[in-house]
Amino acid sequence: MVLEKDLNLDATELRLGLPGSSEESLRISNKRALPNMNDDSGVAAAKKCDQETAPPTKAQVVGWPPIRSYRKNSLQTKKTEAETGGMYVKVSMDGAPYLRKIDLKVYKGYPELFKALEDMFKFKVGKYSEREGYNGSEFVPTYEDKDGDWMLVGDVPWEMFINACKRLRIVRGSEARGLGCVV
Amino acid sequence: MNYFPDEVVEHVFDFITSHKDRNSVSLVCKSWYKIERYSRQRVFIGNCYSITPQRLIARFPGLKSLTLKGKPHFADFNLVPHDWGGFVDPWIKALAKSRIGLEELRLKRMVVSDDSLELLSKSFPNFKSLVLVSCEGFTTDGVAAIAANCRFLRELDLQENEVEDHRGHWLSCFPESCTSLVSLNFACLKGEINLASLERLVARSPNLKSLRLNRVVPLDTLQKLLMRAPQLVDLGIGSYVDDPSSEVFTKLKAVIQLCNSIRSLSGFLEVAPCCMSAIYPICENLTFLNLSYAPGLQGNDLTKLVQHCRKLQRLWILDCIGDKGLGVVASTCKELQELRVFPSDPFDAGNAAVTEEGLVLISAGCPKLNSLLYFCHQMTNAALITVAKNCTNFIRFRLCILDPVKADPVTNQPLDEGFGAIVRSNKSLKRLSLSGLLTDQVFLYIGMYAKKLEMLSIAFAGDSNKGMLYVLNGCNKLRKLEIRDCPFGDVALLEDMGKYETMRSLWMSSCEVTLGACKTLAKKMPSLNVEIINESEQLEFSLDDRLLVDKMYLYRTLVGHRKDKPEYVLLL
Repeated sequence: MVLEKDLNLDATELRLGLPGSSEESLRISNKRALPNMNDDSGVAAAKKCDQETAPPTKAQVVGWPPIRSYRKNSLQTKKTEAETGGMYVKVSMDGAPYLRKIDLKVYKGYPELFKALEDMFKFKVGKYSEREGYNGSEFVPTYEDKDGDWMLVGDVPWEMFINACKRLRIVRGSEARGLGCVV
Repeated sequence: MNYFPDEVVEHVFDFITSHKDRNSVSLVCKSWYKIERYSRQRVFIGNCYSITPQRLIARFPGLKSLTLKGKPHFADFNLVPHDWGGFVDPWIKALAKSRIGLEELRLKRMVVSDDSLELLSKSFPNFKSLVLVSCEGFTTDGVAAIAANCRFLRELDLQENEVEDHRGHWLSCFPESCTSLVSLNFACLKGEINLASLERLVARSPNLKSLRLNRVVPLDTLQKLLMRAPQLVDLGIGSYVDDPSSEVFTKLKAVIQLCNSIRSLSGFLEVAPCCMSAIYPICENLTFLNLSYAPGLQGNDLTKLVQHCRKLQRLWILDCIGDKGLGVVASTCKELQELRVFPSDPFDAGNAAVTEEGLVLISAGCPKLNSLLYFCHQMTNAALITVAKNCTNFIRFRLCILDPVKADPVTNQPLDEGFGAIVRSNKSLKRLSLSGLLTDQVFLYIGMYAKKLEMLSIAFAGDSNKGMLYVLNGCNKLRKLEIRDCPFGDVALLEDMGKYETMRSLWMSSCEVTLGACKTLAKKMPSLNVEIINESEQLEFSLDDRLLVDKMYLYRTLVGHRKDKPEYVLLL
């Protein structure tokens, strides 16, 4: 089907079907990705789990690699949980009556995280320096890492931080002074 | 030759326990056949369609323990459609009607219904042991019936079954009077259980040696259970997540120190790496460690743990341990006999987690290695040749290169020479699985050298019928042959039809076998069932003999065509 781009016939064409659907997309879904590698759709019923999870990034051969379905299913479950679960951590602030929860995956870096915390709890984060921690504010952001230690937010690269962070706590200046001096 | 009265011969037979030996003994003469069959207590049936329950019962009236296997091995990988067969129901019904005092039932790849389980639980007053491996078709209601009705139950072992969880209180169905449990494995169940019931059950089971929990059992319950059962030999941990500074965790660390009988550890179905250090004290004594279901343990965590396991004989692990981690295994686990490395991400070739390097390190460091299952991203001939030099004791060698037809990445050659070296130097090899780019040459080597081979799995390999023929002609001990996506056809299939009577089964899918050849084979060999699995939308099978068969499964049988085949199976 030749489309006259200038005239945009496609957009104005009258045809049967749901808005937004096109012949081309229907064809693609019936095509086999790799004609010599993919099995026919008759086996699809047996592969319940494959249909429920996200489409594979690579064309998959039925029954390959030879891993028991039980094992494959439990791997898929864990992967799905890890990918779609988000990275929600509790945030507490000294003096606040209740805690909040934020999804760390949503932020691209420390500045964005601090902006969100500042909005949420109505405070200001001080200026960060490697030597002195946070200066100029009564409140200091800290986090509990996987080992259970309370650390100053901002020392390690962002990726490392979001993987290690289990919860956040915004500490009042007087308690936080010790953290700023930790080497 | 029979100078002794029957009772004496029978007493001698008591010492002969292996199925093979018992079978041999029964063939010596009529008298020995008779004595053997009356004294036989344990029977193993590798293919449930090779015999009927009625004939089993007639021959072995003293049967106490039965092992049955149903679907072909490739059913594990979704190659066998739903409802193909392998139903245990007729077996349980027949046994229930008879006077057999069944005490133990072990099933693999069979379809088990709740009704079957209930009938089983009510029909055999001395029933002691139920082991279900890779079975399906039942729910926790069936499990509840077993728990409730088997008064002397010692073993309930559910391994990797697909069980529909009705969130009933199956665990609470064990009566208070049940104190005989030795082994309880419910790791594959997904649903909630009554934790208090579990604690009480463990508390009243002084003989409990093996306990494998499911994912919903939290760490604090684990701690309480271990307090009650410090005598455990085999432990499967469910959820292993807690704050290491918590009181519960401290208690757990303390109680683990008391569990110095634990030799086998598995599970960790949910795990926080920072909690692993509590396990180190029992690592010293472990002979079996299975971390293949533990998500989120990275290479470092695994390596640190393995360093404590000097007595390990069997290790099942995920490939995120990496080649370096395998190096640590090689230098620590000098008693290692069996290694299984599973892929943590089967479909992503991005992270080359383990390669040929890891395997070479293991082969160099672990002189007792005899069983291997290794999923990797690549393999070289040089590495396999080195492994073959280092290890000559392999009984099982299963290599799975994740990319189905990958050549040696260094030389771009097929892996024929590498596998050839393996079979040449491992004369006791019984089981072999091949992968990677392979030509007919590898089969020439297998036919020539793998004289003890009993099971061979082939995928995407070979060039012509010659490949399959080398194997059929050379491997005299072959029992199970399974082939997928290989260019083997009618000539190979029909060359030596009598061979299949010496084997348990042959599976061929996506090969080049025609319907006509299958019909010929079925006609000439009435002792074989030749099944064609046809899943296409056609309701009628085309009568064209030239049609290439998609899936063929043939097996020897004493009882002809089975009566329970689904519509899509054509029995020739």
